[in-house]
Amino acid sequence: MQALNLDYMVGLVPVLLGYLPLTLGMAAAGMVCALMLSCLLAVVRVSRLPVLDQAAQLFISFFRGTPLLVQLFLFYYGLPQFLSFLVSINGVTATIMGLTLHFSAYMAESIRAAITGIDRSQTEAAQSIGMTNAQTMRRIILPQATRVATPTLMNYFIDMIKSTSLAFTLGVTELMGATQKEAASSFLYFEAFLVVAVIYWIIVEALSWCQKRLEKRLNRAYQR
Amino acid sequence: MIALKGITKRFGEHTVLDGIDLSLERGEIIVVIGPSGTGKSTLLRCVNFLERPDAGQLTVGDLSVDAARATSDDILGLRRRTAFVFQNYALFAHKTALENIAERMIVVEGLSKAEAHARAREILERIGLADKADAYPAALSGGQQQRIGIGRAMAAKAEVILFDEPTSALDPEWVEEVLALMKQLAAEQQTMIVVTHEMQFAREVADQVVFMDGGRIVEQAPPSELFTHPRDERTRSFLRKVLAGNAPSDA
Ligand SMILES: Nc1ncnc2c1ncn2[C@@H]1O[C@H](COP(=O)(O)OP(=O)(O)O)[C@@H](O)[C@H]1O
Ligand SMILES: [Mg+2]
Repeated sequence: MQALNLDYMVGLVPVLLGYLPLTLGMAAAGMVCALMLSCLLAVVRVSRLPVLDQAAQLFISFFRGTPLLVQLFLFYYGLPQFLSFLVSINGVTATIMGLTLHFSAYMAESIRAAITGIDRSQTEAAQSIGMTNAQTMRRIILPQATRVATPTLMNYFIDMIKSTSLAFTLGVTELMGATQKEAASSFLYFEAFLVVAVIYWIIVEALSWCQKRLEKRLNRAYQR
Repeated sequence: MIALKGITKRFGEHTVLDGIDLSLERGEIIVVIGPSGTGKSTLLRCVNFLERPDAGQLTVGDLSVDAARATSDDILGLRRRTAFVFQNYALFAHKTALENIAERMIVVEGLSKAEAHARAREILERIGLADKADAYPAALSGGQQQRIGIGRAMAAKAEVILFDEPTSALDPEWVEEVLALMKQLAAEQQTMIVVTHEMQFAREVADQVVFMDGGRIVEQAPPSELFTHPRDERTRSFLRKVLAGNAPSDA
């Protein structure tokens, strides 16, 4: 066994960090879109709106029931065949779209569970002071459900950051794609992939730390 | 003025309210008593459509609603003319005491947050909890939570406040402070319907006491009369049981 080429690894770090903004950017965009879509899906499901509820169920079932990689290929390579305006879709957009749809299906179910878990008396109290259903949802139920759902949603965000690495299969040079290229030219595969693994690991650890702080803050109202 | 006529409510086959008639003048206080499972909560909940009555006529102030044909505007109208105090307080768990009281003024009356908070502070003064403005419900005692619940109802400036066993969930040590606040409201001529097992409170505060059994009003009279000369055998037997259990406070 030969020794690790440490000099190469240290030199690789700044190169790879240059691709971090794209990786984090895709994850952030995917998360924002997924949050909006999943809230919408959850509210549709909770209010049992006819037709829309069935459509939401089908959507959730499909995007939870198929691998993210398959979905990405379907959007990037498959769809332009039928939808000509998508011919120009780039890998980054396709990745954000795929992450959004895939993760919103999971997140919708967590948000729905959080909403239905809020005690019925909260709704009744809101109704009793003359709030409409929409006001009750927006001001009373969703804020409380947010607290319940946040730890799970943070876990999905962490998962989403790691999943951006699949973008390299669509030809996007993000963190993983860049590593792949560097490794192929240096032949130092182990070193290169070890560096990128540690970079992902540190990002996730930093986020976990933020997650704990956020949860503490959100639980402030519930401390005796 | 509040008037209920022929309020009927079924849960499946089970008729829980069987044509309830009841009316109150402004400033009047009615205490409803009766065995548990007899429909007292359901009656209060029907007044603001937390339960939808199957039939009957509801009048609260200037709004008159045929229960069977109530539109969502009617329901909102009834809810905005009434206020409810829940047995389990039901404070908004993510809002401070102040925000719980201010919520209605912001959302329903459209006051600015500053104005609503200023008025909510006045209410906190009146209920003696000014120092708890920024406390969350989880940090308050049962008695304090229920007083905030009453404060939230006061903020509605409702035609009537409906109290559903406001002291039943409390540890005995907190009951008095809640009853004292309700007496204070009574002295301020607040119209109220109170479901309670606190017979001493009924004696002191009620203008009329209503005894319900099996989804009907069996007997209605001023407390001096109902407690001393109950006419119906069911009232007598209920009072015997309750007063036996309540002996110390009635001595
Ligand atoms: N949502 C409901 N569904 C079915 N039955 C109910 C419901 N709410 C109340 N009931 C029934 O109606 C009856 C009256 O209940 P309630 O009004 O709570 O009585 P009380 O307040 O006098 O104890 C009880 O038999 C109860 O089981
Ligand atoms: Mg009851």
